[in-house]
Amino acid sequence: MSLPDFIYRRPKTLAEALAILADDADARALAGGQTLLPALKQRLARPSQLVDLQDIPDLRGVTVGADAVTIGAMTPHHVTATDPAVGRAIPALAHLAGGIAHPQVRHRGTMGGSIANNDPAADYPAALVGLGATVQTTRRRIAADDFFTGLFLTALEPGELVLSIRFPRPRRAGYHKFPSLASGYVTTGAFVSEGPAGIRVAVNGAGPCVFRQADAEARLTRDFTPAALTGFAQPTEGLNSDLHAHARYRAQLVAVAIARALDMALAQPVPEPETLP
Amino acid sequence: MIEITMTVNGAQERHRVEDRTLLVQYLRDHCRLTGTNIGCDTTQCGCCTVHVNGVAMKSCTMLAAQAEGAEVTTIEGLGQPDNLHPMQEAFRRHHALQCGYCTSGMIMQGVDIVRRGRTDSEAVIRHELEGNICRCTGYQGIVDAITDVAQNAPQSCCRGSR
Repeated sequence: MSLPDFIYRRPKTLAEALAILADDADARALAGGQTLLPALKQRLARPSQLVDLQDIPDLRGVTVGADAVTIGAMTPHHVTATDPAVGRAIPALAHLAGGIAHPQVRHRGTMGGSIANNDPAADYPAALVGLGATVQTTRRRIAADDFFTGLFLTALEPGELVLSIRFPRPRRAGYHKFPSLASGYVTTGAFVSEGPAGIRVAVNGAGPCVFRQADAEARLTRDFTPAALTGFAQPTEGLNSDLHAHARYRAQLVAVAIARALDMALAQPVPEPETLP
Repeated sequence: MIEITMTVNGAQERHRVEDRTLLVQYLRDHCRLTGTNIGCDTTQCGCCTVHVNGVAMKSCTMLAAQAEGAEVTTIEGLGQPDNLHPMQEAFRRHHALQCGYCTSGMIMQGVDIVRRGRTDSEAVIRHELEGNICRCTGYQGIVDAITDVAQNAPQSCCRGSR
């Protein structure tokens, strides 16, 4: 099917891209396009201009430091999944990226595009919230907890672009999802981490937006073992009910996904503390 | 309208097209390369898989303009009827097709899978084919063909199609 009509722009600099977006409220940024272009085919969006961000150097690059991994907004999932340094620093993040959609989409879809879309059935929101990441935009830094605000909603303002995402390196972390067998999208998933900011448990797919599971966090803060989750139950209130799963079934999947994500975290060797020579 | 230039199967292509033109439309309607098929509107079927700068992508989920300046390889660039690429030959040998509609995308994806070395087991190959749908064969012949090339001619997937 043909796309609706629009003007294609391919700015070479961030300033040029921001100027186009500032001048035209109906212009949309185009990252990998793996969600936006299918949405255009279905006429779910009718932008006047598409601003292709692929040539802008400020949005690229992967940096693995002693404390954090920083991923440029235009980094494809395939790179996040296979970059050896990312895989060593945060194996759960590489694992998550390698499970998004399928290879052709991973070659083109980007982290910035995914989080700006905030599909409740997307993977990356769980990683950002589950690791306590920070989103660097063209205007400010936004904590992941404040970035994802609702169903397909984020804290991004009109004309504001994601530049990069900074993930503090955890001691250990895990991710488990139950994908829809038909679409591969997340029916319910959970990301668990033990890191510099303590224990984090993020749940995606189950509700209209990724959320932190406070009860599971409290239990795992007391004791980071499977036994701590005995008797844990996710309330059904506020969870999605659709053709993929009823809210009660999703609540059950939340408990199982958290337990399996914890298993993945516990299977990782804990990095040795730095010792002085 | 914009003028889009790219290298397709080693040849320079330059066509004036609407901004909204998809890469698959550019290849089929303007380059007259109809081996790349359109099977769905939802980025699921994989019939339109081509290589862009050596990497498998879905040409129905990409603007032609996004491929400006890129090197694109389609099924027509992989082999010729009298000189098949080893992946094409393996698909024939293993009866990896029936109606043939998904085949060009399957072969382009198969080459990409072997190139990335994601052929450790049949299960891995099946997982890597998640973005390609075949409604005829039940996949066994396709998996066998890709396994055959991975074991016997992996280098063939590293050259000739970039």
